[in-house]
Amino acid sequence: MSADAPLLVVEDLTVSFRGDEGLVQAVGGVSFTVKQREIVGVVGESGSGKSQTLLAIMGLIDSPRAVVSGSIRFMGQELIGLNRRALDAIRGRQIAMIFQDPMSALTPVHTIGNQIGEQVRAHEKVSARAARARAVQLLDAVGIANPGRVVDGYPHQLSGGMRQRAVIAMALSCNPVLLVADEPTTALDVTVQAQILELIGRLRDEFGSAVILVTHDLGVVAEVADQVLVMYGGRIVEEGGKGSVFRTPLHPYTWGLFGSIAPMEGERPARLAAIPGAPPSLSNLPTGCAFGPRCAYHHDDCLVRPPLVGAGGHRAACVLPETKRRHLKIQKAAGLEMQQ
Amino acid sequence: MNAVPRERPLLRASDLSKRYHVGRSIFPAQRRTVHAVDTISLDIWPGETLGIVGESGCGKSTLGRCLVRLTEISSGSLEFEGRDITDASQRQLRPLRRQMQMVFQDPSASLNPRRRIGDLLADPFRIHERLSAGEMADRVAELLRRVDLSPEHASRYPHEFSGGQRQRIGIARALALRPRLIVADEPVSALDVSIQAQIVNLLADLREAFNLTYVFIAHDLSVVRQISTRVAVMYLGSIVESGPTDLVFAAPAHHYTAALRSAVPVPSVDRERRQRLVLKGDLPSPMNPPSGCRFHTRCPAATSLCRSERPLLQSVGDGRLVACHHPLGG
Amino acid sequence: MLAALGFRLGQMVLVMFGISIVAFLIFFATPGADPSARIAGRNASQETLLQVRHDFGLDRPLPVQYGLMMNRLFISRDLTSFVNRGQLVVPTVTEAIPVTLSLVGGAAVLWVLGGLVVGVIAGATRGSFVDRALMILSLVGVSVPVFWLGEVANLLTQSRWHDTWLFSWVPPLGYVPLTEDPWGWFKALIIPWFTLATLYVGLYGRVLRASLIEMMQEDFIRTARAKGIGERRVLLHHGLRTSLVAFVTMFGLDFGALVGGGALLTEVVFGLQGVGKLTYEALQTLDLPMILATVIYAAFFVVMANFIVDVVFVFIDPRARDVR
Repeated sequence: MSADAPLLVVEDLTVSFRGDEGLVQAVGGVSFTVKQREIVGVVGESGSGKSQTLLAIMGLIDSPRAVVSGSIRFMGQELIGLNRRALDAIRGRQIAMIFQDPMSALTPVHTIGNQIGEQVRAHEKVSARAARARAVQLLDAVGIANPGRVVDGYPHQLSGGMRQRAVIAMALSCNPVLLVADEPTTALDVTVQAQILELIGRLRDEFGSAVILVTHDLGVVAEVADQVLVMYGGRIVEEGGKGSVFRTPLHPYTWGLFGSIAPMEGERPARLAAIPGAPPSLSNLPTGCAFGPRCAYHHDDCLVRPPLVGAGGHRAACVLPETKRRHLKIQKAAGLEMQQ
Repeated sequence: MNAVPRERPLLRASDLSKRYHVGRSIFPAQRRTVHAVDTISLDIWPGETLGIVGESGCGKSTLGRCLVRLTEISSGSLEFEGRDITDASQRQLRPLRRQMQMVFQDPSASLNPRRRIGDLLADPFRIHERLSAGEMADRVAELLRRVDLSPEHASRYPHEFSGGQRQRIGIARALALRPRLIVADEPVSALDVSIQAQIVNLLADLREAFNLTYVFIAHDLSVVRQISTRVAVMYLGSIVESGPTDLVFAAPAHHYTAALRSAVPVPSVDRERRQRLVLKGDLPSPMNPPSGCRFHTRCPAATSLCRSERPLLQSVGDGRLVACHHPLGG
Repeated sequence: MLAALGFRLGQMVLVMFGISIVAFLIFFATPGADPSARIAGRNASQETLLQVRHDFGLDRPLPVQYGLMMNRLFISRDLTSFVNRGQLVVPTVTEAIPVTLSLVGGAAVLWVLGGLVVGVIAGATRGSFVDRALMILSLVGVSVPVFWLGEVANLLTQSRWHDTWLFSWVPPLGYVPLTEDPWGWFKALIIPWFTLATLYVGLYGRVLRASLIEMMQEDFIRTARAKGIGERRVLLHHGLRTSLVAFVTMFGLDFGALVGGGALLTEVVFGLQGVGKLTYEALQTLDLPMILATVIYAAFFVVMANFIVDVVFVFIDPRARDVR
């Protein structure tokens, strides 16, 4: 594969669930690309569809009521509809996933070494002893002290931070080219989070992996990501390079997210520029732009679902005319709250 | 923040401790004690918002519950408006419950799922005041309006509300009897970011409207900074630093505060990358705290003094206290 | 780990002691009844009553009576049954124990294997026809009274179809000691084993299925799937292995209760002179020494069985090993 070829191409991915009252759409037509050694940060709140997107990539949506359509091409191979055996050959070997809660991510009755070794031996022909040695190496590489002891220990004997490191070590055991992480630091203390984020940042250099990192924390994205995707109501509402999105955010929801964050330094705003209302219920998505009801700049054109519009790789799903947007950005910079 | 004539503190904790005994061994030597809260002395002044920050296991939630005597204190004393309430029985505390209230972290867990919220909100009135049904309904409606909910919501059940709305209900319940002090234990941690901002704004508005004093317990430094006038940083059951919020966060005196501060990821790409202060090692077990200064095992500036002698909270000017032998900034 | 085991052993001893006291008090300290009359049985002569009073020290203080009784039960083992004219109680009970153990042990092997198979298949194929069929069969198994099933089995294997090739090998009702004739022992117990196991296969199958389905929703199962190790391994090595905890706990309780005499219905139906049948007969004749002996020996085995389960528990769940 050439160095420029994208690693993962997601096109029009839709994940719906057959409910009592019809189809509930968790992910509504999402498209994006991940290049080799790239770190993509996906930002969103509850109901944004960010976790379901990841699960769809890994083929882990196993509810019988789920309907997954669209295309997910990994290194040229289509993943949707792939048979179980082929999927298992890719999972854990070329694409690995880590989840949010380290406390429940590992099987309580098997040793750490056993669980890491199991993954290695599922994909490579190595002896049990070699697998264990690799596990020790990996635990060391992710910064766990006493890897020789931890490898024979059980998950409940480790703290949250250590467990998450062990989970990362396990995910990396077969040198995947893509690591998918669903809120990997949300359940951790901030000092531990900093360490884990640093580790994830290193993955690109030391392991050559690309990373898709899902989070609700814009600070986390600023720390490690190259590309940013902002999701809302199951759709991507803004995408672009980190610098571009952070310096000149285009979508009112993104503005709202930035406004909701209390600053750690500088002047404290009298009030946080909070977004009024609440994230939409997926069974009752608004017509047109999902963010419409909460948007201060909602107008008639918004009743039609907006396409992603923009230039230079930075696009937003918003039909605000460019002139008005510039005006609003200045307002935003002056710290004025969004009025309803 | 300063040069205000000192009145009496609203709540004063002196050498407050809460110990838990762990282990079922019949051998006393094998029974361990966890000092969840370790001789903490703390004054809460009327009108201020004291933020308490720390990471998991630091004891901040336990401290919060001890302050309103929801958890029994192991030793030390507690005074509310000058009156000693350390040993007051639950019955004696009852009238005090009007003055001190608590808001909890998980809005789903703190509301009885089988009761309508109008009913839940009327409880404080039923217990503490003699009102007619009509008067109670009015007060409930007023409370709901205060937290930006509609009075029509009174007939609904908790599961019909979103997380943010449930937290508003929890706040309404705490407000019902116009308390003087509200202890909020991680009130926004379980909420989405955009909803967090709404609730933080609401708490600030209510503070103005009702002249409330808050103790705001959280692990999220930016939220604490936004709403607190003063902040106390906890580590393994003790306060390591306290002082006016802006000063503590802008120029931390304790190494732990500095590390905590530098660990917060900043949502900006233009700032110069602050040198991340990485703490070595892991949090020690609360059952086996290190000797001397509890933080010395992870502190980049630890000396032999730190290993042997436990530093006490000392004033470093400007209303700031630090428990450190070698505080930052001289 | 040793500390965990030692701790449980100590617990066991204490429980045993407690049970012996309670059993003793029930029989000897209930007000208003004269233990000597009950021990001596109905229509006892004056001399017998006097002898009983003397032997059991019924005019002495309670702790002494307790001591004497325990001595007769465990040390000198010369407790006699007056109802059955001098039958030595303790040897009778000790002879009955292997019978019960053989019955319950064999049935246990069957029901554990059966329960595992039913539970895993039903759990893995949840919602399918196979799952539903297995659950219906399990329900039938749980609902059928064991004595009825046993009698039907006897009807078929001993009389109706006894002459056919199917069941001609079935020996007459009763127990054949293992040491005498292993093959005979086996033949005599097969039908009782299946009868007793039917109820429990149904029960354990259902419990395991529920436990497995719940376990498969856990986060660590999702992690295991994401490792690409194959669904079968995820189910067995991660799902089943973790569900065993509930399974083993239940098993311990049931096994202990059965060994302690709970299998009496099966024993009576199949004419096996086990502890349960013994207790049943003693109750019918109100043979107090026998009752006392069976209760205490039975309790001993229940506690022992639970202890063994606790030990196994420590091996299968690493979280149980760290007793602080």
